[in-house]
Amino acid sequence: MARFTPHTAAEVKEMLAVAGVSSIDGLFGDIPADLKPRSFNIPAGMTEYGALSALNSMAAKNNTSATLFMGGGYYDHFIPAAVDAISSRAEFYTAYTPYQPEASQGTLQAIFEYQTMIAKLTGLEVSNASLYDGGTALYEAIAMAIRTNNRSKVIIDKGVNPIYRQIVKTYVANQEIEIIEIDLNDIYTDREKIMSMFDESISAIVMQTPNYFGIADDFSDIFKAAQEKGITKIAVFYPMSLGILKTPGEMDADIAVADGQSMGLPLSFGGPYLGVMAASKGYVRKMPGRIVGETVDRNGNKCYVLTLQAREQHIRREKATSNICSNQALCALRAVVYLALLGKEGFRKASLVNFENAEYLKTKLKGIVEIKEGATFNEFTVNLKSDAVLFAKKMLAKGFAAGIPASLYYPGKNNYLMIAVTEKRTVKEMDDFAAAFKSAL
Amino acid sequence: MNVKDGYFYSKEHEWVKIDGNKAKVGISDYAQHKLGDITYVDLPPVGKAVKQLEILTGIESVKAASDIYSPMTGKVIAVNKALENAPELVNASPFEDGWIAQLEISNPAETANLMNAAAYKTFLSGLEE
Amino acid sequence: MENIFEKSVTGRHGVDAGTPDEKSVNKIPANLRRVKDSPLPELSELDVVRHYTRLSKLNFSVDSEFYPLGSCTMKYNPKANEAAAVIPGFTGLHPYMAMIDDTAAQGALEVIYNISSLLCEITGMKKFTTQPYAGAHGELTGILLTAAYHRKKGNKKKYIVVPESAHGTNPASAAVAGYSVITVPVDAEGGMDVDIFREKMNDEVAGVMMTMPSTLGVFEKKIKQIVEIARKHDAVMYYDGANLNAILGKVRPGDMGFDIVHINLHKTFSTPHGGGGPGSGMVGVSERIAQFLPQPYVDKNTSGKFFISPDNKDSIGKVASFFGNFGVLLKAYTYIIMLGKEGLIDVSEMAVLNANYIMVKLKPFYDLPYDRICMHECVFTAKKQIKNGVHALDIAKALIDRGYHPPTIYFPLVVEEAIMIEPTETESKQELDMFIEAMKEIAMTAQSDPEKIKNSPSTTRISRPDETKAARELKLTCF
Repeated sequence: MARFTPHTAAEVKEMLAVAGVSSIDGLFGDIPADLKPRSFNIPAGMTEYGALSALNSMAAKNNTSATLFMGGGYYDHFIPAAVDAISSRAEFYTAYTPYQPEASQGTLQAIFEYQTMIAKLTGLEVSNASLYDGGTALYEAIAMAIRTNNRSKVIIDKGVNPIYRQIVKTYVANQEIEIIEIDLNDIYTDREKIMSMFDESISAIVMQTPNYFGIADDFSDIFKAAQEKGITKIAVFYPMSLGILKTPGEMDADIAVADGQSMGLPLSFGGPYLGVMAASKGYVRKMPGRIVGETVDRNGNKCYVLTLQAREQHIRREKATSNICSNQALCALRAVVYLALLGKEGFRKASLVNFENAEYLKTKLKGIVEIKEGATFNEFTVNLKSDAVLFAKKMLAKGFAAGIPASLYYPGKNNYLMIAVTEKRTVKEMDDFAAAFKSAL
Repeated sequence: MNVKDGYFYSKEHEWVKIDGNKAKVGISDYAQHKLGDITYVDLPPVGKAVKQLEILTGIESVKAASDIYSPMTGKVIAVNKALENAPELVNASPFEDGWIAQLEISNPAETANLMNAAAYKTFLSGLEE
Repeated sequence: MENIFEKSVTGRHGVDAGTPDEKSVNKIPANLRRVKDSPLPELSELDVVRHYTRLSKLNFSVDSEFYPLGSCTMKYNPKANEAAAVIPGFTGLHPYMAMIDDTAAQGALEVIYNISSLLCEITGMKKFTTQPYAGAHGELTGILLTAAYHRKKGNKKKYIVVPESAHGTNPASAAVAGYSVITVPVDAEGGMDVDIFREKMNDEVAGVMMTMPSTLGVFEKKIKQIVEIARKHDAVMYYDGANLNAILGKVRPGDMGFDIVHINLHKTFSTPHGGGGPGSGMVGVSERIAQFLPQPYVDKNTSGKFFISPDNKDSIGKVASFFGNFGVLLKAYTYIIMLGKEGLIDVSEMAVLNANYIMVKLKPFYDLPYDRICMHECVFTAKKQIKNGVHALDIAKALIDRGYHPPTIYFPLVVEEAIMIEPTETESKQELDMFIEAMKEIAMTAQSDPEKIKNSPSTTRISRPDETKAARELKLTCF
């Protein structure tokens, strides 16, 4: 079995003597005898080889051979090998949070560059060093809005990822915050309804584009109306779409949040992902989590430190802007390496290929199934006119993860299926998908 | 530690200097010393109404973020805009250039709940023991 | 070092992720298009690889330096853990797959079920959720569970009790969950002051958060009394598992009477900290809390098939998108099955031995505020060195010059000028002896030449940064 404790028996004996006890038990004398474990029935250890072969056999029971047309906010994007190579450097992954700047300039500068890329991508001014995932980032954005304008009602469009909305509702269950969710008009935002609700009691409005059903939108009008009432405008976005689609900043959002999974993170059954948050400068002191700032050392050399730490839990305790401590730093590192590798043109092109592929698949499915109207990015909704869950299972048997049935989170929308197409899908895969789709209907 | 005569002090180390129905508010030399290098003063909005010893606003240093309590009941009529770009004025001149807000006060008798310079000096020497 | 944007060359080609037909842009309605191109840098793959490889070399890390950062359990992270997390059968699995057809994700569900079962046995709890992404997130989940428990019973509660030695996340998590915090001081032995605790307890207290061993590195001897007092007021006992590394196989939170436990897999169960994350703060609960756990929840039927439990109306809902940081669970699971029962017990025994060894050896040179056998970490104070103007911060920086990552300093807050050393079980005696020598030498130099210590570090690429400037001028992006 594997062991990572290096002492020899002789060393243990010598060290016990230094510690002033005659046996190991002497070190645990403070634990009352009647609190000894009632059981500790853990199987015996294994070798590294044995453990990994057990893990490999479990992995083999997962279906990762189906071609993925499944999204719902989490996508099968291409990850350059260099992302894995850099994030596998132990100097990055076996370091702690960069509390000691002189011994952590690598992590600090990389995060500083990440903050820059996120700010520029979203068209906003500042970003933090990462949060857990998209849904928890949305909660933090709402908390920021409430701290800023001291109002307690929040309007959320039901086009916002339902998982995010559930996380928000879980977080606020014991707080005096009212979440008002606005029904979609079929799969489209009900703008009139939303704007009719704006008044000085509303703290924040939350909109997502592309929405959960894939509809891409421009919320400039809604945000303009919100601005007039002093409402904080929160945009949920899809990082990969920002190569070509209008940015939260261009729509005049105050805070933008996203799940950063699309930027170099594998699907990995739901995590680790990345909570992305950017904001306009006025919100920076209300921002949760770590933030890296540039400064100089005693000799005037440019360097980086964690800054604005006085807002954080280790100093401000119950008055902190958030309870977050560990974040998803290594995932943020993957994102910055990913964005740097693709670069300005590469990222824009990748974004455009996503759009193009989805448009291609739409043309292939035209006439086979009803495609819901509206501009989209890389995901769109079809109306199967029959149960989408059953259909998805049928398609899985044919080797395709065909999409996400809307009914998982929208009871009643039983026949809607959301289909996602990334830059990784080939023409042949899309043609085969369309053929299988036709035969499964 | 400098304690200025003619000012009233709270136990939370704010000072107030009263001039008719107007009152300037800041933090004491002791407070700025304890906080260290001030990096940010959150200037309260003009027009904000506040009760005595309720939170008026906040202040940050590298190592701490603290609430500033209003020594008097009143309404904010002016704030020290110079602190936006030079929060270090609170360190350099806590009683003069580092003032934070000016209030219009309604009840001057509230000073009874505060300390004068002599009492504050005694209070500080108690803390340092 | 230049930043990545300064290295950008206009027109340089990076990694190709596909070649679109530029005309297709016209199919996007004009009002939906990005107005200004994103100013990402333009670099070759080698430019990027070299830039980040060079940056990596500016970090201290467990693989390159001894990293005795108290409370953080910076033990060695076995490479097998990393190998498990990159198996394509896991990394390629879409989280929605299990919701379309659970037979398509049996392996992943099995890992979740198994690690939950193992942690139940390790901690003496009834059920676990894998959702929380980090320790503080686990705390928040625990407090939300506490609130749900009281809501169901119709209890009206307002407060969470926290000892003053607690991590800042404890009070912060309680506040996020809508509670006010009551703080209880520490007694002369480093435990919670039980008399004051008894006085402060009332029927409006929802829960009591304890870290065991405490952040002072000592075991709470009066735990049975504390649990008994809490129970009288129907307060939920919460175990902050940040320091679980000290007690594997020695005592279990469940047996002590705790209702809710969070475990930092990135501490005790050896998943790397990633320069700040991702971690995992799995939460375990007793029978009376189990019905409130978040969803989705993984279970196993009698024929051995793993499935996602149907919706449960008592559940608090979701604190994470799916099953938490699944990749981190894989690493911790690999570690636990490699070590097994004897290996886990050995972890705690050696961790505690190493901490006591360091404590005794350094006692003549640094003041020890709580002089008793410690658990997995020991807390000194720099009081002796302050007389020469040398503070805990200076000692930390001097250690960097000597090739060591510093211990945690200025925490716990109840110890002035604290220096909190957690060697972990994976360090050899030779490494510990060298560290002890370095600490001794620093203590001597602090007396003979304090300025030298105060001017460290001098061997790193940068000297001490101006943190005041960083906070006043706030430059948070490259441009």
